[in-house]
Amino acid sequence: MIDEHNIVKVGMADLNVVQNSGIIRTTGLGSCVGVTLYDPALKIGGMAHVMLPSSDIAREGTLNIAKYADTAIPALLEQLQKLGANKERIVAKMAGGSQMFTFAGSGDSMRIGPRNVESCKQKLEQLGIPVLAEDTGGNYGRTIEMDCNTGILFVRSVQMGVKEL
Amino acid sequence: MNLFNDFEDLKLDVLKEVGNIGAGHAATALSRLLGKPIDMAVPKVQMLPFEQIPDKVGGAEQVVLAVFFRVEGEAPGNLFFIMTPLAAKKLLHRLAGLDVIQDDTFSEMEQSALAEIGNILAGSYLSSLADFTKLTMLPTVPALAMDMAGAILSYGLLQFGEMGDDALLIDTTFLEGHHEVEGQFFLIPDPHSFDKIFASLGVPLTNDR
Repeated sequence: MIDEHNIVKVGMADLNVVQNSGIIRTTGLGSCVGVTLYDPALKIGGMAHVMLPSSDIAREGTLNIAKYADTAIPALLEQLQKLGANKERIVAKMAGGSQMFTFAGSGDSMRIGPRNVESCKQKLEQLGIPVLAEDTGGNYGRTIEMDCNTGILFVRSVQMGVKEL
Repeated sequence: MNLFNDFEDLKLDVLKEVGNIGAGHAATALSRLLGKPIDMAVPKVQMLPFEQIPDKVGGAEQVVLAVFFRVEGEAPGNLFFIMTPLAAKKLLHRLAGLDVIQDDTFSEMEQSALAEIGNILAGSYLSSLADFTKLTMLPTVPALAMDMAGAILSYGLLQFGEMGDDALLIDTTFLEGHHEVEGQFFLIPDPHSFDKIFASLGVPLTNDR
């Protein structure tokens, strides 16, 4: 198993980066989306735990840029670039964005998972970052971790077990 | 979100009472269903960072069974009734006389029964609150999920998400004498519901608003 001290944790509405031999993980993704960016040449990886699709709806005083898809992804990219990552090499993976509860005639806030996924994809496309793999949608929670040595993203869920992306 | 920065003691006490009345009635309903006394802990009212909310039920990855209601009406919010899968199995056995299989899955029948139990309890929680505050509060149809606590509870934080990184949680635990059937009620009123609740109960608004 991997040493616990090598694990960088990303909270809800949070982002972080890790280099070389580290593991970066976030737990309990429901409608939230975990987006990872990775530069395979330098083994630099970053992860954001995105909660809401767009910062347009924000009514908070100081904006938490890690919370919204449209602000978290550029901020994460910037952090990778600060560590020397080359944007031309950076690739993305994503997981989460499920719909945990379904109601008849459910409103827009109930569709938040799929909207988060759409918004992340849109932002990545704008930035010209290819999405190599994704495990999104469904109606179950996920915990994800990326091994920054290999760029492999492990997606674990209660019902589906572990998937490798 | 300076709305809650200095939640005076009076306001916290009022919200505790809100939790007390709601969960008290729900516990009574459960006690009638089971034909056994049900104890209730003093409600906890806390403004917590999102990250810490799943810790209230054992951490973001802890598997829990939750019945979720969106509360509609004059004071909207989110209501969760949360149990461990084991406690849910025991409740089903006691209440519905269902022959439960001790594994981690729930049949359609069991899920439907749990949603209905949740519905009865949430109904008494909210109707007592509505009586107390004179505000309409109506639960949507129940939605059931068994999954990681983090994934489930984050659903109740979206309304707060637009305002900041903390949410106010009214948490009430109830248990049966032998700790066999334990559950938790989480009420997370929408941020703008607080003023309505306070106004309706005659709590003076703070002068900075």
